[in-house]
Amino acid sequence: MRLVLIGLAAGFLSALFGVGGGIVVVPLLILTAGFPERSAMATSLASIGLIALVGSISYGLHGDLHPGYAALLGIPAAVGAIGGTALQQRLATPVLTLSFAGFLAGVGIWLLR
Amino acid sequence: MTIALAVALGLLAGVLAGLYGVGGGVLFVPTLVIVFGLDQVDAEATSLLAILPTVAAGAWRQHRYGNIRWRAAAVVGFASIVGVELGVLAAKGLPEHTLQRLFGLLVLVVAAQLAWRARRILSP
Repeated sequence: MRLVLIGLAAGFLSALFGVGGGIVVVPLLILTAGFPERSAMATSLASIGLIALVGSISYGLHGDLHPGYAALLGIPAAVGAIGGTALQQRLATPVLTLSFAGFLAGVGIWLLR
Repeated sequence: MTIALAVALGLLAGVLAGLYGVGGGVLFVPTLVIVFGLDQVDAEATSLLAILPTVAAGAWRQHRYGNIRWRAAAVVGFASIVGVELGVLAAKGLPEHTLQRLFGLLVLVVAAQLAWRARRILSP
């Protein structure tokens, strides 16, 4: 039930602000569902795959997609994601949590603009 | 030059995505708007498509590391699809900029809470 609420909140907020679900899902899994940091981040990544798949299909039917630009960003990003997950396994958990808090603070300040 | 910048920003978005379990849209959308001049709707749509290879690669690695709880991911994912529909409906009648600032404040509070948690683990 808690997971359903986390998903609803993530989808709702990302539709309103265009900021991805991960920023909502990861802290909620850690702070309210008792997930360890790495599990929360990995599980969030997998759940985003589902959202992005459904979203792409629905936008694709409306003709709003630019596949060339998506490939130009998404293919280097896939390489980056492999590097990012490898780096995550090497970081101590408090370091990972603190740096994620810093990343979130940056996003928060950007939203306040 | 534009292509080199896009590839560099894509790579950076991917590292953040893999490292923190976010999709990378937080960098994709501004890149598509500022570098390629897309409007907001097209940028958000195209960002979702760019997220697909990103999270596929990241989730594949995380699965190998044994970190993914697949059942939870499916529940969160399906529920958030419903949440997106509700958000789209709500967005029509709401003062968006005020809400965005409130959300920004909320994100800052959560960041502080996580930092506090990390500090507690560091100095027991």
